[in-house]
Amino acid sequence: MRDFLTKSARALQPSGIRKYFDIVESLPDAISLGVGEPDFVTPWDIRSAGIRSLQKGYTQYTGNRGLPELRALISRYLKERFAVDYPQDRIIVTVGASEGIDLALRAICEGGDEILIPDPAYVSYAPIISLCGGTPVPVRCRAENAFILTAEDLEAAVTKRTKAIVLAYPNNPTGGIMTKEELEAIVPVVEKHDLLVISDEIYAELTYGGRHCSVASLAGMRERTVLLGGFSKAFAMTGWRVGFACAPAEIDRAMLKIHQYTALCAPRISQHAAVAALAGGFESGFSAVEEMRAEYDRRRRFFIKALNDMGLPCFEPRGAFYMFPSVKSTGMTGEEFAGELLKREQVAVVPGSAFGACGKDHVRCSYATGMRELSEAAERIAHFLKNR
Amino acid sequence: MEKLEREVLAVLAEDCRADAEKIAVMLGAEKEAVARAVRAMEKRGTIVKYTAISNLDEEEDECVEALIEVKVTPQSGSGFDGIAEEIAQHGEVKTLYLMSGAYDFAVIVEAGSVKSVSRFISECISTFDCVLSTATHFILKKYKIEGALTKREKPRRLSVQP
Repeated sequence: MRDFLTKSARALQPSGIRKYFDIVESLPDAISLGVGEPDFVTPWDIRSAGIRSLQKGYTQYTGNRGLPELRALISRYLKERFAVDYPQDRIIVTVGASEGIDLALRAICEGGDEILIPDPAYVSYAPIISLCGGTPVPVRCRAENAFILTAEDLEAAVTKRTKAIVLAYPNNPTGGIMTKEELEAIVPVVEKHDLLVISDEIYAELTYGGRHCSVASLAGMRERTVLLGGFSKAFAMTGWRVGFACAPAEIDRAMLKIHQYTALCAPRISQHAAVAALAGGFESGFSAVEEMRAEYDRRRRFFIKALNDMGLPCFEPRGAFYMFPSVKSTGMTGEEFAGELLKREQVAVVPGSAFGACGKDHVRCSYATGMRELSEAAERIAHFLKNR
Repeated sequence: MEKLEREVLAVLAEDCRADAEKIAVMLGAEKEAVARAVRAMEKRGTIVKYTAISNLDEEEDECVEALIEVKVTPQSGSGFDGIAEEIAQHGEVKTLYLMSGAYDFAVIVEAGSVKSVSRFISECISTFDCVLSTATHFILKKYKIEGALTKREKPRRLSVQP
């Protein structure tokens, strides 16, 4: 039989966290801090809208861009919540922000292109860049800088082949955010080298102690930014697979073509649910989002203190629902620490190396889990450190 | 009620074992301010009791709970409160509410057997002159108590994800 696989598919590495998943699933008393999605169920009004859309028989395709009423609401949402102005004909409703990442990279990346990615960062950027024939180039982000991307580190990573940079703040896995001033500091480098910014802002609603600033809201940046967002994290809608992408006109048209030939449209039921999420949000002042955010914030405050008290230094994350403590003081790498902790105390965390080489001495702890489990996990980790 | 008190109460409603220090960390508040808020709410009676929500449905200990609807004639001078205070005296009464609608009191009683509940109604409730009628409903199964689901649901999320 012929070898049907492409070189790039063959070269893809499976996710490094798979083995932890298998072990955790076999341990009934395990507590997992390895989950990258909200522990809340989608608010009832949103679920109800999904059910109603089925009852009414809305089971057909929508236009490629998505329902006009949803795009109108996304346009208003981005303007009112994040001060970015995109007309509804510049918005594509995607199958989660994940599809948006794929569309953006496939539209702009090809053989020989280098795309900069903050290291550590979410796992999907580098493989997609590789599938497109491009080269993912990690840009080191440091714990002492709260894992932001600095102008110096960015400048040092740029070559003649650099085409774009992926920004992913609030960040998975570090919980780091970039403030308006910190974003403004990198803009001159982006402009100087004529780079495109692919900004994955899926955690935009989950910031603590200040609102998220979108890079697209900075002067002159909207026309060199692809803004990706979605409903998964803010509205606890991960399984619905619905997000959105906003891009400069030419890139938008290219992304739409890829979308129409691949996904065709985001699931219609999910689009109706997303309409309810935003329409209800405007009516209530986004109270459901605020309640979830406040609960994450309480856990965040508790868990950061617990980690620091037990001797695992961690910078204070101000976004998403992750902490990224260093385990260097234990003499173990993140991978060794995660393996031992799971074996001895049945607490699952994700080794930082799964998110890039710079995460080697860290582990990612998700606090998207109830306070009871989080308290118990903190006790077990402290016990592990005392008795190792 | 002050903002801090509301926030403290929300934490305690989820876990009444949380001490002032833990609550202060969670809320980003001063420990002393939290302790003051708790004391103030205890003093005012806003915090009634610190308790565990239990569900004995799956336990072997025999225990019967019933909701009794009670219609009464309000008393001159004390209205409903005088009768309520007397009913509430009994140890079997777990919960007592004055209701709007077709009856006046909702009384939730707990006893060791159906017979004990019946005896309680006939000897302790129906003997009041002002009681016009009672209707007893035995509680068969509890699905949700004080905002908490009684059934542990299977995890819906994958245990480890990027």
